[in-house]
Amino acid sequence: MLQRSHIYGVMGEFASPEELIHAVKRVRELGYRRIDAYAPFPVEGLSEALGLRHSLVPSLTLTGGLLGGLGGFLFQYWVAAVTYPMNIGGRPLNSWPAFIPVTFELTVLGAALFSVFGMLALNKLPQPHHPVFNVDRFSHATTDRFFLCIEARDPKFHMAEAARLLQSLHAHHVNEVADD
Amino acid sequence: MSAGQPPLDSPEIRRLTPVLGPGHTFASVTDKISAIVLTRPISLGWFVGFGVAFGIVAMLTVALGWLIIKGVGIWGINIPIGWGFAIVNFVWWIGIGHAGTLISAILFLLNQKWRTSINRFAEAMTLFAVACAGIFPLIHTGRPWMAYFMFPYPSTMGIWPQFRSPLIWDVFAVSTYGTVSLLFWYVGLIPDLATLRDRAVKMPAKIIYGMLSMGWRGSARHWHRYQSTYLLLAGLATPLVLSVHTVVSFDFAIAIVPGWHTTIFPPYFVAGAIYSGFAMVLTIAIPLRKVYGLEDFITMRHLDNMAKVMLATGLIVAYGYFFEFFLSLYSGNKFDVFLVNQRLHGPYAPFYYALILCNILTPQLLWFYKMRHNVAVLFIMSIVVNIGMWLERFVIVVISLTRDFVPSAWGRYSPTGWDWATFIGTIGLFVMLIFLFVRVLPAISIAEMRELVAETSEKDK
Repeated sequence: MLQRSHIYGVMGEFASPEELIHAVKRVRELGYRRIDAYAPFPVEGLSEALGLRHSLVPSLTLTGGLLGGLGGFLFQYWVAAVTYPMNIGGRPLNSWPAFIPVTFELTVLGAALFSVFGMLALNKLPQPHHPVFNVDRFSHATTDRFFLCIEARDPKFHMAEAARLLQSLHAHHVNEVADD
Repeated sequence: MSAGQPPLDSPEIRRLTPVLGPGHTFASVTDKISAIVLTRPISLGWFVGFGVAFGIVAMLTVALGWLIIKGVGIWGINIPIGWGFAIVNFVWWIGIGHAGTLISAILFLLNQKWRTSINRFAEAMTLFAVACAGIFPLIHTGRPWMAYFMFPYPSTMGIWPQFRSPLIWDVFAVSTYGTVSLLFWYVGLIPDLATLRDRAVKMPAKIIYGMLSMGWRGSARHWHRYQSTYLLLAGLATPLVLSVHTVVSFDFAIAIVPGWHTTIFPPYFVAGAIYSGFAMVLTIAIPLRKVYGLEDFITMRHLDNMAKVMLATGLIVAYGYFFEFFLSLYSGNKFDVFLVNQRLHGPYAPFYYALILCNILTPQLLWFYKMRHNVAVLFIMSIVVNIGMWLERFVIVVISLTRDFVPSAWGRYSPTGWDWATFIGTIGLFVMLIFLFVRVLPAISIAEMRELVAETSEKDK
């Protein structure tokens, strides 16, 4: 058996989203907090079962949109009225209605960029290797299997107990996850 | 779901034609879609199709090379018709792209389950159409190597773009649209790329898909943020797609040229864009499902719904034509009235009548259930609508420019061989990209299909 420090956690495999949610709920009821579930598609109710709170993504998106929109408008104002003013028949330099289309586009662009790159950053992706990939059967996590991993950093973690718990929840396979 | 089906044309089955064939599991949808990319041998038909498209792209390269050497004088444009094929084709292509975003974003927000199996390749179509569209204004500048002048950058000359010009709005609208569409598409692809990584047998495929999937492992915490981003992107793409063709229509509507200077342009351009885009989605979907045996995923329900969207947007376009006509006559403005007259009786009148035939009269067949469920009819109809929408842009651009205010400024326009070579070349580019896409990426979103399986199986219980 591997040393405790070389263990990332214990992983159980489930055949259906319902089984996974049931297991997640049980494991959390028993007080485990450092756990994660893996599924081939976003399972309805899984976030709630894991007790995940609102993500930061919406606020990041809003920030990006505000930066894009305000920055875009002020930039156009600066170009058209300050640094490169053109007097065309005495028309006002700050012709703000004409700046709206570009302001709108830059709002959307800023929001979209912040949303996508913010999501990737919060998920710490790209991350080519992760201990869970050490489990052979984990390649099924992107096809039709559902996994629950109780991580070693959980204060309550005890290898044998965690494995027994997953087995009692009818996990089809229970594996140790090596940490390297 | 499959037992005891009523006869095919009963009202129940019309209502219940599923969005997913019966008997599918998480594994079966994954196998079927990923097999197209990973295990299916490349067929002779694919090589022939790709080869032909590649040949056309070679022709495009020659046409663009000659253009760069000689300049835009090789085209049929001259004063007063400065906007020939380049702008007609630009508007046509960018319009085609719109259906992809509509399917992926607006139908997502409206919770339309049937979008699932068509959104991936519709988004790919958007990207490829935007790429084709982008070529035209670029080369139409005459000196494409100076196109960076359009972007605001601190130059030593101290000049800046004119932000009051619709042409600069266009630069921002189209480049934002391209970027956001790419992000939306890529975000949707990440879980599927991970599936391909895990199912690939050959090492190069494992590495490439592995890098592209960025180490996606399907963690619930990741899905949690992922779903949030996906929903927000859909919400952002929805007004964006409406704004893009609106801005494109401003290129015309802000000008004072008769036939262009009208407030109906933005909504009527957006409807036309969705109309032509859905036609193009059908043009691609019908052969795709046939060749790769995806009839279970792209069912008659999808084709039927797309035909209905085409019919609806086609009617909005017809309404646009009617009001364009009516407002010109009602305004009493002699230039506007004259332009209507020129559309009906001028030298380009045959194009106008062909456009009415393609865009308004033919699609009325889609009112009939039998027509909407006849794959051959739908395929032909989709091509007719594409031609009609191209004619619409031709009529708008050319008739107005050849007949503006003073007869001394009138002219005639006819495209040259180089115009045609460039236009057909971009169609070749589009087709080539589609051919490559279906071979290297999953043409249907696997993760979303699994979600659909989960939902349909829940309903069965």
